[in-house]
This record gives sequence, C-alpha cells and structure tokens, in this order.
Amino acid sequence: MGRLCVICDKERAIIKRPKTGQKLCKECFYYVFETEIHNAIIDNKLFKKGDRIAIAASGGKDSTVLAHVMKLLNERYQYGLELFLLSVDEGITGYRDDSLETVKRNQQQYELPLKIISYSELYGWSMDQIVKEVGLKNNCTFCGVFRRQALDRGAVILNVDHIVTGHNADDIAETVLMNILRGDIARLQRCTEICTTGDGCIRRSKPFKYTYEKEIVMYAYFKKLDYFSTECIYSPNSYRGHARTFLKDLESVRPSAIIDIIHSGEAFEIKKEVKLPTQGVCKRCGYMSSNELCKACVLLEGLNRGLPK
Amino acid sequence: MSLLKIKLSFSGGIELLFDNIKQKSVEIPSSINPPNSTTMKDLISWMKDNLLKERPELFMSGDTVRPGILVLINDSDWELEGELEYEIKDGDDIVFISTLHGG
Repeated sequence: MGRLCVICDKERAIIKRPKTGQKLCKECFYYVFETEIHNAIIDNKLFKKGDRIAIAASGGKDSTVLAHVMKLLNERYQYGLELFLLSVDEGITGYRDDSLETVKRNQQQYELPLKIISYSELYGWSMDQIVKEVGLKNNCTFCGVFRRQALDRGAVILNVDHIVTGHNADDIAETVLMNILRGDIARLQRCTEICTTGDGCIRRSKPFKYTYEKEIVMYAYFKKLDYFSTECIYSPNSYRGHARTFLKDLESVRPSAIIDIIHSGEAFEIKKEVKLPTQGVCKRCGYMSSNELCKACVLLEGLNRGLPK
Repeated sequence: MSLLKIKLSFSGGIELLFDNIKQKSVEIPSSINPPNSTTMKDLISWMKDNLLKERPELFMSGDTVRPGILVLINDSDWELEGELEYEIKDGDDIVFISTLHGG
C-alpha cells in the first residue's frame, strides 16, 4: 500500500486524521497537530503576554500532551507565558499516588514548577476515606465537585491568571451528550465554550477543544511521551462511560460525529423566557454558587455530620 | 503449516486485559483460516482465544477491536493498512493502544 503524505508528498504516511481523512507523515502530522492548537489559542485570544498559566496535570495522556504542547508553543511563538503544573491529589491509593509520580517526572522533563494540592488538606477528607463513608455509588460526584474547587484554590495559591485543562474534542462531545440526556440547559450552554470565567473566579480554557483524542494518543505515542493510563479504581461504571462508548461507536461509523456534536451543542439556543439559575457566592466559603451553599460545602456538611447509613 | 513470528504491544490501559503484559512475541499460524493467509481479523480473534485474560467485550466488538482502541501496524495507523484485511507478515510489529482511559 504505497501512500505518501498528502502535505509534503515525500514521506510515507503514518496516520489517517479522523477529522479530515488526510493521510500524513510523522513530521507533517506533528506540524498540523501543533498548529491547530496554536490557531485555537490565537483565534480565541486565550492568553496575553505575561499571563501566569497553570496546566491542570493528572499524569494522564491529555494533560501530559497539553504540558508538552503548551511549553513548545510558548517557546515557538513567544507567547510570553509563565507556565506551572497544578495537580490535585484526591487521595486514592493505587491510582493517584502512581499517576502523581508521572506528574513529578513530567515536572523534570518539562522543567516547570509543580504544585500538588490535596483533598485532605483542603477538605479534611481523602477520597479513600470518603468511599469508606459513602460507598461506591455517589463517590464520583464528591470527587468531581471537590476537584473543580481544588484546582481553583491551587490556582490562587500559585497566583495564576488562568487554568488550562486537557479536555479534548471527544470529552466535550461526550459532555454535550450527557447534558442533553440530563436536560441540563445551563451546563449545555457552558460546556462548549473554549474559555469560561465565573465571577471573581479564575479563567479556564481548553486548548484541545478541537483536538481529537485519537490524535492526542498518536502524538503521545510517536513522541514517546511519558503518561499514566490506569482507570480510577472507584469509577467502574460511570454514566460518562456509557456516553463515551456511544460516542466511539458513532465515530467509528462517521469520524466527523465528534465535531458535529460539539457544533450541535453550540447551536442550541435558549428561549429568552427560560430562567437560568443566577450565579452567586457560597455563604460559607465564598466560592461561586447558584445556591446559598456551594455543592462542595453541602457535600462536606453531609460527610462531617455522618450520613445516614 | 508455517508460523509467523510477530511482536504485540499493549498500552494505554489495554494491557490490563492481557495479564498486564506490555509486550509479547508470539508465533501464529500463517493461515489460521486455510487456504487464506492470516489477516488482522484472524489475529484479533486468535488473540481473544489465546491471550485475552478477561472481559472480551472490552477488547472486541463484533469481529474487530472495540471502537476507541487504536491499532498500529509497523508504526503506521492500521486505517492506512487495510484494517481487518491486512495480511500479517513475519516480523510484523503490532501495537494496541486504548484511548478509553482517563486523561
């Protein structure tokens, strides 16, 4: 099967891009992959010169590639950003402790300062302790709510302007599907935005919004990037898992499905009469919240009181 | 019948289904399904019968790998190599990477 790269017409193609069907050689693939991310950053004016940016780093494939690409683009295009790695230690033995070792290696490889912030120090509870208390049913809710806040609090400690996360096109399409299935209009509106800012809250963006997971994994493979890939021991059968399987099945029939779903999410318009919850702040901790108490404080109160067994 | 010696690699979390082995050299019949030469399709079902340790539904879907598992043949995307129809050659290096694990 003789096939040359459609861009340089010299080297052997090694990847078929899911988004375009283009057959590319290794070097042209790297170039296209990195340039698309650069374009997403520039077109959406994600950063300004001098910004201090925390890269949310879990040690997994997406954040490992993100740290690599952010450092590379910052140097190549002279963004003038000061980059940091920010990791959350949920306190999950046999999972997060191992993946944090990967983050520590990344810190060395990329020479970026690293801050690790733990659930234990922030909330007084590790995920191991929470699971002991609540079992395996709603534990992912705790973890998700706590992580979001933990990143914001870590960002305050690092005194950064902005957090970037490794959410990719597949993740966003998945979230669009989940929000439609749950009828969560407020989140459906927000989940496709490449950059979000809450009141008095740190900006967050997703430079991989248009980047397919397949390309992230292929990039990490060819570049031999060091990442960690074990499923969290506490999430064997989450709702997201089903949405993911469905999305992957769609993608195998029609690769554009992922971008199409993101586009559908963006195209939904909410009638003016529909009342969306207004953002306020939590009375107890001051974090943004649409209720009197933020979700983390409600969950913590339950934990500290001892839930009915 | 002759044998083909090939190298299989597993990463991205899929190694967990294969006894947590990341790399393995195996010998497979050059014609699993005589008189035809052994193809990727034959290899995948051979792997299921001979190597897979648990939960076949996480590896296969129908007669192919589950969507979300990337396959490379000699460091090239198998979508460029004919996927299931690719005929295995002696010395081939075949990589399976799961993209389904958290990032």
